[in-house]
Amino acid sequence: MHNLTIAELVQGLQSKKFTSVELTQHFLDRIAELNPDYNAVITVTAEQALKAATAADQRLAAGNAPALCGVPILHKDIFCTNGVRTSCGSKMLDNFIPPYNATVVENFEQAGAVVLGKTNMDEFAMGSSNETSFYGPVKNPWATDCVPGGSSGGSAAAVAARLAPGATATDTGGSIRQPAALCGITGLKPTYGRVSRWGMIAFASSLDQGGPMARTAEDCALLLNCMASYDDKDSTCIEREVPDYSASLNSSIKGLRIGVPKEYFSDGLNPGTETAVRSALAELEAQGAELVEISLPNSALSVPAYYVIAPAEASANLSRFDGVRYGYRCEEPKDLEDLYCRTRAEGFGEEVQRRILIGTYCLSAGYYDAYYGKAQQVRQLIQQDFATAFEQVDLIMGPTCPSPAFKFGSKGDDPVAMYLEDIYTIATNLAGLPGMSVPCGLVDNKPVGLQIIGNYFDEARMLNAAHQYQQHTEWHNAAPEGLV
Amino acid sequence: MNIERHEIEKLATLSRIAINEETINQVSQRLSSVLELVDQLQAVDTSGVDAMSHPLQANQRLREDEVSEINQREAFQGIAPDTEDGLFLVPKVIE
Repeated sequence: MHNLTIAELVQGLQSKKFTSVELTQHFLDRIAELNPDYNAVITVTAEQALKAATAADQRLAAGNAPALCGVPILHKDIFCTNGVRTSCGSKMLDNFIPPYNATVVENFEQAGAVVLGKTNMDEFAMGSSNETSFYGPVKNPWATDCVPGGSSGGSAAAVAARLAPGATATDTGGSIRQPAALCGITGLKPTYGRVSRWGMIAFASSLDQGGPMARTAEDCALLLNCMASYDDKDSTCIEREVPDYSASLNSSIKGLRIGVPKEYFSDGLNPGTETAVRSALAELEAQGAELVEISLPNSALSVPAYYVIAPAEASANLSRFDGVRYGYRCEEPKDLEDLYCRTRAEGFGEEVQRRILIGTYCLSAGYYDAYYGKAQQVRQLIQQDFATAFEQVDLIMGPTCPSPAFKFGSKGDDPVAMYLEDIYTIATNLAGLPGMSVPCGLVDNKPVGLQIIGNYFDEARMLNAAHQYQQHTEWHNAAPEGLV
Repeated sequence: MNIERHEIEKLATLSRIAINEETINQVSQRLSSVLELVDQLQAVDTSGVDAMSHPLQANQRLREDEVSEINQREAFQGIAPDTEDGLFLVPKVIE
């Protein structure tokens, strides 16, 4: 059952081939058996899952089942779940049990999905390797000495290891697409404002966006149908009808104009990755798409602009963790100042502290214009590059990351080496555009991702292209050895 | 770009993060490395370019000034480190 796609599971459940209780128990058993090898899931909600599965079976029997009724999923531990610990991968929230559900969690509940548990992640979503999690790193199911990517590494590894058929994730600078690429699955970061951020613990509010992870584009469409919604509680959410993302999957891509940015194929790109991505493009060309070389001249500025904007916003967002209202509090504070300073020094890990300090620096008196103001202007230039490109093309494609999964500890002590991992993904967050990653090959038996970038609210077109690619290729069916 | 000790101390105070003596050099070194990266922005000509805050230029919505939330004080204080009579407790501020 764990090799079936979500689309197949929905069919199986509705045609009573198996029950949701059987399915849920099967995945719970797999998590119990295999998760110790990967550390992808940090909270298992077995009892609640079986209860939800029983309820789902009743609705299925009664014939009034909603779209994802009885389908087991996992939530990234950044989405608040009523009564279930939501740690955000941090010691700061190790004891935090939210009294409410995130809108995304609520949407899945409405759709009848069964939540198996919560997935591991880089602390406060700050990282590209899952090495910053308070709960220890997630291991890549393809090569357990390698990182799964981050920050949604737990969700990606869980889907790759077939611990769940799909999972939620979030992406601030590549945190859905990069782990999806490194774990050989499909993941989509929607347009900024498409998915509600309410109850999704904030990192950089102008960049954060939730999205789905699954093995296929068809499944991502099913999950996005449920995740995307207008929400009054998120003031940056865009009021716009949610299309049926499954409806256009089978459209022909004949005549689709695909922009290939020359800056995404520069020096730092692994040759094996380049070959895999180029053959994916050739496959799409063979199906009738037209490849157009384009330029995104300000690409190289996206990483520096991001490392001003994201830490600046993070330093403001994370000021709420003060040891007073919830979360960690240091032992025996001698005064209020000591309570704040030690709670934050002990509760936050090194990378999180670093980003708060950088953000504070960039926002401090005398530096604001030179850093934050400047970065917001550069952001406009980056957005302009995309706007110009989308005058000529329908989608933009290239590699998701510069190389396949790297070994634990291999980025050394310099934080910048890790930051450059997101060189191809960050620009879309700065511009607010949707992006996805689709498995397109293996290099040294490690997965490679093809990145697909769309214009605003063009997720259906991206999913259509990805689905057509997957109809003609088998990379999305490849599995780590011993896991099929 | 090298960030100096007194600047780290000021940032630590502004951020309310205690930084101990043993790690201050390492913190300084790693922050400097990140600031070197972001300093690439200084070379870009951005004259006449507007700063971008929301990708879709969306404005903040306004709503009627009416009560929209129910009182959940007990639920919220149930997860607090220390409370008394509906108040959050912190160490004494005024002697």
